[in-house]
Amino acid sequence: MAENVKPRVRVPREAAAGDTITIKTLISHNMESGQRKDSDGNPIPRSIINRFTCTFNGETVLDVMMEPAISTNPFFEFDAVVPESGTFEFTWYDDDGDVYTETKDITVS
Amino acid sequence: MKSFVKGGAAALAIIAASQVGADEDANLIINGETEITVRADAPEHLDNVSTIYSGWVFRSDETQALQMDDFDNPGMIFVDQGRDSWVLAEGSEGKSCADCHNEPESLANVRPTYPKWNDETEEVRTIAMQINGCRTEQMGAEPWKYDSTSMLNMEALLSSVARGQVMNVAIDGPAQSMWEQGKELYYTRTGQLDLSCANCHEDNYGNYIRADHLSQGQTNGFPVYRLKNAKLNGVHSRFKGCVRDTRAETYAVGSEEFIALELYVASRGNGLSVEGPAVRN
Repeated sequence: MAENVKPRVRVPREAAAGDTITIKTLISHNMESGQRKDSDGNPIPRSIINRFTCTFNGETVLDVMMEPAISTNPFFEFDAVVPESGTFEFTWYDDDGDVYTETKDITVS
Repeated sequence: MKSFVKGGAAALAIIAASQVGADEDANLIINGETEITVRADAPEHLDNVSTIYSGWVFRSDETQALQMDDFDNPGMIFVDQGRDSWVLAEGSEGKSCADCHNEPESLANVRPTYPKWNDETEEVRTIAMQINGCRTEQMGAEPWKYDSTSMLNMEALLSSVARGQVMNVAIDGPAQSMWEQGKELYYTRTGQLDLSCANCHEDNYGNYIRADHLSQGQTNGFPVYRLKNAKLNGVHSRFKGCVRDTRAETYAVGSEEFIALELYVASRGNGLSVEGPAVRN
């Protein structure tokens, strides 16, 4: 497992039905591109988060493929419309097979 | 207007500055609650500067915004890592920082007053030296390397809990000779380019250096997260980069010269708020 990986998410706790809310996500990750060499000249193997998804009550909100050019600690900010109370689930897929998830509940009044 | 732009280059600099979109009149409030003093009257010992400015003032709107919210501030990742090692017991005594100091917030008065004279060891200590003093004497643990990742994470944590407090390092008493040495270094020209700290950061702050605004070189935001290398940077490493850029042989990170310089430069910022981990270019 890559070191010091920690997902962070900010979602408002409450919103009105039909509101557009702003969601911010950040995961600390080295995002090693696979194109660098270490001090002995050996290639450092690629190790990145290659996919990020967000679902709301099981429905896909966002599904992103990520490539090696994306810098360290990838940060996503996006807007979403919330029709009802429910749960956002965020998932990051690591090259080494690890999957990191984070969930946030939101109450719609 | 750009009140810190001086002399004949002023008009040119104002035109150029507006292209970058920097807002030098902006005020910094972190998380909508912590007010940061980014401009203040210069401390009495400063002869050639009347107002001191945080480096934040000189940055573009986008970079300034990164520091206004902890979620957007990439430096806070390292504060979290510092928090993890705060509670980690290490060394022969099996103690962690938390065993003596409880919460990091209890050390909120540390960052604004360092570097500081230590009576027991009879030396001026930077925060890094004090942390290592704790590690070797209280915890029986290996000292961290100066400006290493672990050290900067811990410094960032101590800085983050002190945000909003006013920098106030003591320059009199036993620390005075070290301070004089630092002042001497600040005004000494070095390298093939024959530049002193003052040539850029006192004579030309606000003006362009290549594509970037020169700041006053204040240390209140350290350790800083730099966008150029996507990690935290310590004061001494930054000094080293500056001296290197004058094409001189640099002093070593953690050397007596840099400790003296850190004390002097910190005293030039007496009156500004601690704002580390700050976000800079």
